[in-house]
Amino acid sequence: MKLALTAIAGLAAALVICQCGVPARAGAQDTTKAQGVRIGLTYTQGTKPGVLITPIAGANADSVREILARDLDFGDRVNPIKPDGGSPPTGPLNYPLYAQLGALAVVQATLTAVGSLHVAVHDVGATRVMNVFDIALPNPPLGPEWRMALHGASDEVERVITEQRGIAQTRIAFERAGSLWTVDSDGANAHLLPGTQAGLSPAWHPSGRYIAFCLLANDGQFIVLRDLVAGTSRRIPGHGASSNTPAFSPDGTTLVFSSGSDGFDIFSVSPFGKEAPQRLTVGRGSVINQQPSFSPDGRRVAFQSDRSGHAEVYIMDADGSNADLLTTSLVGEQPYRSNPDWSPDGRKVAFQSQINGMFQIMTINPRDRSVTALTSEGRNEDPSWAPDGRHLAFTSTRSGSQQLWVLDAESGRVRQLTRGEKARMSAWSPRLAAAR
Amino acid sequence: MPVSLRSAAALLMALVAVTSCKKKPETTPAPVPVAPPVRTPGPNQDSIAAERAKEAARAAAAAAEEARRNAAALAETRNTLMQVIYFDYDKDEIRDDQRVALDAKVPILTANPNVRIRIAGHTDSRGSDEYNLALGQRRSASAKRYLVSRGIADGRIDVVSFGKERPLAPGENEEAWAKNRRDEFEIVAGGENLRVPK
Repeated sequence: MKLALTAIAGLAAALVICQCGVPARAGAQDTTKAQGVRIGLTYTQGTKPGVLITPIAGANADSVREILARDLDFGDRVNPIKPDGGSPPTGPLNYPLYAQLGALAVVQATLTAVGSLHVAVHDVGATRVMNVFDIALPNPPLGPEWRMALHGASDEVERVITEQRGIAQTRIAFERAGSLWTVDSDGANAHLLPGTQAGLSPAWHPSGRYIAFCLLANDGQFIVLRDLVAGTSRRIPGHGASSNTPAFSPDGTTLVFSSGSDGFDIFSVSPFGKEAPQRLTVGRGSVINQQPSFSPDGRRVAFQSDRSGHAEVYIMDADGSNADLLTTSLVGEQPYRSNPDWSPDGRKVAFQSQINGMFQIMTINPRDRSVTALTSEGRNEDPSWAPDGRHLAFTSTRSGSQQLWVLDAESGRVRQLTRGEKARMSAWSPRLAAAR
Repeated sequence: MPVSLRSAAALLMALVAVTSCKKKPETTPAPVPVAPPVRTPGPNQDSIAAERAKEAARAAAAAAEEARRNAAALAETRNTLMQVIYFDYDKDEIRDDQRVALDAKVPILTANPNVRIRIAGHTDSRGSDEYNLALGQRRSASAKRYLVSRGIADGRIDVVSFGKERPLAPGENEEAWAKNRRDEFEIVAGGENLRVPK
């Protein structure tokens, strides 16, 4: 208990430092919910506790174990340990043995006769079971829904150990070869979304049920609301010849997008109502205002505008008032910043900035305007935050072709998410329920 | 050899007789029957038919030439109407060197009041995908504004943008970029009856 309290004190100090303008360091994310006494595993913040996943018996057991370990690895908060060989433990765990293997926690999963996964998470230091839960695994085994359910188990394990739910049970929508696709957070199950031909710029509704996108038709561009469950589409009325870059408010009751014929303004509309869209920005001449992104409290909107003569990122209130320039040119930068995406914890706005003719991903703290560069290799653009507020999906040419990558903004670790045909315009889903 | 020479001479004389006959009959009908003409009907009538055929061919050729000229003029008109115009980087202003191409479209649109066109704005591959959708729209709107300012009815011109989604030239260099920063013009109605302006 003493250790945990010390950790909290350290975190509080880290928080204060953050507010003073020093770029956020590892561990800062974890403080948001750490109030009072921790109930999770006790470990030094900023380090990744070792989490051993014991061998599992039964059909597809190796896949289960592999997926759990990979999800925990991709979550970047714990260090999964998966010794080769061995058999599932029986009886009480030999905690000192697991401690010797570097594990602070043990995940003991069992495939049950009724097709579910029983999971026990052990605290090695405290030599006790921290949490037990069951997850139903829908048929067929190894199918998309089976995998998503298993990702949910990984996220729950991460929550039990770190008090932060993981992001394995999510999908990333993107554009590929003139249609919209989704891919699971671990890079599996990439597939085309029916009814999205000529779609661009997907945006998830917070329910995970709908995707709004820009339809690039021969006679104009329209915002389309696609119901992924019912398989139906509806056009959202725009304002002018062309509408693009949709985004939902965090509560899902408002859809904002850019619309115009010459100049472009940002409009707001109820995605399920019939009212005409309301203009938020007041464009003059041929100013382009677009790419809106809500703050997590729904009270402000970051967007891109070239009102000053070149593209920069601005912030305004959700009713369109109090517009204010957010980004400023740094030395050596060409003036072009766009594609803002407000992080789910509200602390950062990710955007792309042009340096030496190439786009790079950066974040800016809306409070003190401190900027952190996150990429430097290849052309990197269109950042989209994961629900955990620390991972970002983005488009990069670093592998030689345009593909989606995932970046851990805290450790700087990157991994390639898509392969094959060119992919771009990523949009990270909210956490998704298993049965979808 | 002498035989064939003689018959050749007879033929020649007969020909001369026929041709002189042909010129006279209308004005001075011959009162006295002339000597029966040498029976050489073949070459005679063939030459008339050949002459008529030549005449018809000349007329056909002239008509074809006329049609070809018309078709060429029509094609030229169509090409002028559809001629692409180009823009500077991140700009939607009509460049001075592109005004000629736009000005040339005005008399065509004036002479063809039933023609409707669609202007599609395109951008180069720099800039964000989504910003370029808007920039392309601005470029098509810019050309439309120009044509409307020269008297073309607003309702006859649709504008659309494809941003950087449909490049003309591949590659990441100034040459390719310059070709891709453009407005394309498409006839969406009335194109089948297109007339060449006077």
